Amino acid sequence: MSVLAIAEHRRGELRPVSLEQLAAGRDLADQLGGELHTAVIGGDVEAFGADLNREGVDAVHTVDIGEEFNHDVYTQVVTQLATELDPTVLLMPNSVNGLDYAPAVANRLDRPLVTDVVDIDAEDGLTATRELYGSKAETTIDVHAEQAAVTIRPAEWPTIETDGDAAIEAFDATLDESAVRSTVKGFEEVGGGDIDITDADVLVSVGRGIEEEENLDIIHDLAEALDATVSGSRPLIDNGWLEKDRQVGQSGKVVTPDVYIAIGISGAVQHVAGMKGSDTIVAINTDPNAPIFDIADYGIQDDLFEVVPALTEQFQ
Amino acid sequence: MKILVTVKEVAAVDDEFEIDGLEIDDRYVTADLNEWDEYAVEEAVQIKEDHDDVEVVTVTVGPSETDETIRQALAKGADRAIRVWDDALDDAGLLDPETKAQVLAAVAAEEEPDLVLTGVQSADDGFGATGVTLADKLDMEWGAVVNDLDFDPEAGVASVHRELEGGVEELTDIETPAVLTIQTGINDPRYASLRGIRQAQSKELTEYALADIGLDASGIESPLEQTSLYEPETEGEATVFEGSAEETATELAELLAEKGVTS
Repeated sequence: MSVLAIAEHRRGELRPVSLEQLAAGRDLADQLGGELHTAVIGGDVEAFGADLNREGVDAVHTVDIGEEFNHDVYTQVVTQLATELDPTVLLMPNSVNGLDYAPAVANRLDRPLVTDVVDIDAEDGLTATRELYGSKAETTIDVHAEQAAVTIRPAEWPTIETDGDAAIEAFDATLDESAVRSTVKGFEEVGGGDIDITDADVLVSVGRGIEEEENLDIIHDLAEALDATVSGSRPLIDNGWLEKDRQVGQSGKVVTPDVYIAIGISGAVQHVAGMKGSDTIVAINTDPNAPIFDIADYGIQDDLFEVVPALTEQFQ
Repeated sequence: MKILVTVKEVAAVDDEFEIDGLEIDDRYVTADLNEWDEYAVEEAVQIKEDHDDVEVVTVTVGPSETDETIRQALAKGADRAIRVWDDALDDAGLLDPETKAQVLAAVAAEEEPDLVLTGVQSADDGFGATGVTLADKLDMEWGAVVNDLDFDPEAGVASVHRELEGGVEELTDIETPAVLTIQTGINDPRYASLRGIRQAQSKELTEYALADIGLDASGIESPLEQTSLYEPETEGEATVFEGSAEETATELAELLAEKGVTS
């Protein structure tokens, strides 16, 4: 009755979700009355292993294969780790890379997979909480199986900061090279314009609510009046209405301006992940139930096409 | 060459809605082609336009009510469609990625595609796992969250960009046949032309029951059971400005001035 959490790292650094999983995993292990194991694959496993040795962790398994993430390698190694350690719950990050190997591992282990979990409980069988319809509704799911694989949403659990006294053990995995059919060639930073939105003190950020590209004029007018920088949520960037490097969110930039004005942005979790650290958050949106109002400090629940020009006028 | 594209009809929920048991009340729900799948269809059609002899086939796990949505994909350039449904799937409750992948894999085994494209996730349940599960069941290679694709059929390699978090892309070469899960923004999905919509009506839409693709209804049992559905509690403590647009804008302007924002 144990829990195994697979860490994630990129370009020499553990990603925060690796430590958040330890908090989620410790809770689950306590409910199951078992141990919490964690594992790290590739890169500087010695340093990563030491860093993962946090309070509540019983064992850290290091697998010294490769430098960066490769899903063929991870799939094989995590399958072997889980077969050897036989955890009741196998935790993996619901990150882009997590979603690139977790489904294959679950399939090979013949375990049900519940992804993007925001809460999880093992008191009376495994029950996971997930969001549906772009965070508009929440659902609980009972897992009818003795063992399961779960991916947890980043930033939903705290990180454990205190050092632990876990056993750190090297795990010998056997790699079938012929089954490695993908090659990671490198990385590329997303570019586009010449503005660094992470430097801005004031961001005027725009989302799907703007409806048409022509309507962006009122956003640029406001930004000019406020001497602010324009940023946006994913749909605007997908449509090519703003350059890629103006995207705020999980797959874009993480920004922490003094003032963040979210206009016509509903506040999907992927967007919120990129801007919740802003000092003051102002939301302008017609939908009073939009999740953006959950994290906003100030809000106007009205038509942006009336409010934004009126606001611009105040500064002219 | 054949490209198989998984296509799903999803439920879009109004801003205001009511919950009826384990579902959103029908009155607040609109059916739509899953946004991510729309990009996957477009990507397949573009490959078809760039190469000779490419057939684009869509596959859907869903009831006959989804035919209209499937025709949208046909109108945008897919050549034919397959839809799988029967009572066993209807009774299975929550169709988890494994169950769906099992059905899609049976279709893919018959079609033998050179490339399978799926959306990264669906807009309603958002599991984001069907594509990779499908790849593993087919013993195909895969790539998740692809936002740029350069496919070389002769070399059997798909050079992709995978969109990681924080404005970083991973550049990876993937041996084909492969399953790629397609991220929004990879292309600019076309609107269906009137001609396309007319043509879609006469394109082939094959309906299969599980037995038709060699599956046993008893194997279709999801280990996941949805036990509740509710609106999340709002933790919001926002100060909401009330009044006309002019009044709220004035209040906000005063606040911004207090925070040191000036022109």
